[in-house]
Amino acid sequence: MIKVLIPLTALLLAAGSANAQERPAQAVIDAYIKSTFGKASAEWQARIKPDDSLSVCNVTRNNPSSAQSDEMLKRESARVTYPADGKFLGDWKKGYQVANNGRGGQFSDPAGTVAGGNCFACHQLDPKEVSYGTLGPSLAAYGKDRKYDPETIKDAYTKIYNSMAVVPCSNMPRFGVNKVLDEQQIKDVMAYLFDPESPVNK
Amino acid sequence: MKLPIIGAAALVAVLIVAAGPLTAQSPPQDDSEKEIERYRQMLSDPFSNPGFLAVDRGEVLWAEKRGTKGVSLEGCDLGEGAGKLEGAFAKLPRYFADADKVMDTEQRLLWCMDKLQGLDTKEVVLRRFSGPARASDMEDLVAFIANKSSEMTIQPQLSHPKEKEMAAVGEALFYTRGGVNDFSCATCHAEEGKRIRLQGLPNLSVKGKTAQETMGSWPTYRVSQSALRTMQHRLWDCYRQQRWPVPEYGSEALTALTVFLQKQAEGGEIKVPSIKR
Repeated sequence: MIKVLIPLTALLLAAGSANAQERPAQAVIDAYIKSTFGKASAEWQARIKPDDSLSVCNVTRNNPSSAQSDEMLKRESARVTYPADGKFLGDWKKGYQVANNGRGGQFSDPAGTVAGGNCFACHQLDPKEVSYGTLGPSLAAYGKDRKYDPETIKDAYTKIYNSMAVVPCSNMPRFGVNKVLDEQQIKDVMAYLFDPESPVNK
Repeated sequence: MKLPIIGAAALVAVLIVAAGPLTAQSPPQDDSEKEIERYRQMLSDPFSNPGFLAVDRGEVLWAEKRGTKGVSLEGCDLGEGAGKLEGAFAKLPRYFADADKVMDTEQRLLWCMDKLQGLDTKEVVLRRFSGPARASDMEDLVAFIANKSSEMTIQPQLSHPKEKEMAAVGEALFYTRGGVNDFSCATCHAEEGKRIRLQGLPNLSVKGKTAQETMGSWPTYRVSQSALRTMQHRLWDCYRQQRWPVPEYGSEALTALTVFLQKQAEGGEIKVPSIKR
């Protein structure tokens, strides 16, 4: 066993150092970040301090190992708070407003700006809306295609609240965890996806 | 006055008819893409590009005696020798021994203003981005300098250890996520043919034509902002949309990203100032 383990360890170390040559030491990268963003307020600094999951995503360029993925799913799942009233669906009309609103979180936003989910930036939703992005998959007929299944509804809530509890290093923002959207806003977006009367399902 | 309107209406009608059969066989985004491309072509007529006014203003500023030392920028070494402008922009950012730093065009200009002219750069930096009734010396000077490398190729400078470090850090920064939405440059610029709403996104994660065309077209005249904008402004606006803090003008991370992007765009043709949406 020992004989087998040694070459394996050596291999892993070699791979590690090859990787380190490509990616400068984190301290070097952090010095650059400090030079460019160091004058921002403590609150803003905190926003670019990567948590455990983002640190892995940064180093692996969103390709975590299977062990890292398992850890991440566990860690991020524990960060999801489900509605205390057990209801996942709010008002789809308000949900459209949230999905269509791209404000919030930018240094140019006035204080007190209500953030939106900006869903249309990356997803097709209402098939009649022509101005939609393609970074994420089309969500047209989302609820209808899934037959409004209760388990699917819960999964979608999880995905919006914390995308990385579903897909490790997902490109999608962690809207609930990062407090971009509150519970009611997420419920409303959920209704936009799952209400049979929503244009998404028409 | 009515004739052009009728003409335009007829043109729209023709376009709709022409687009008709296409709609049946292709998804709606293809039509949107075509319209955007048509708009882009309308914008790229060099004779109607106000960016060249910035070039002219920059030429005047370059030769103007200013600062406590009362000299012009003509003694400024942009990397090819004092006052030599041809081809200098094509090789920026690069390492400067006198400053012991890798600098982009803007950093180098500020350095020359400070050391050579004794000019108050704080005031110049306050006006780094032009606006209504606010001219920007930096935008005008970059337009002038960059134009002197127009029709040349992008030649990233990567021989000095500090240039190599810049490229490597820039690449790491490209993939560094943060802000309330966990966004990095790569979130939007690492896949082919993606859009935000209707805006096409260049894939800058790979070397080649897209990176070359992107980097070869800055500085540019932004029609939507009625202003000549430089790469410093482009990256400032990217970080704004990434929900990151305000990046410091002419600072290390921005130059590192620029070095990395120039590396991706190596060999691309510079055609500046260009004109964009």
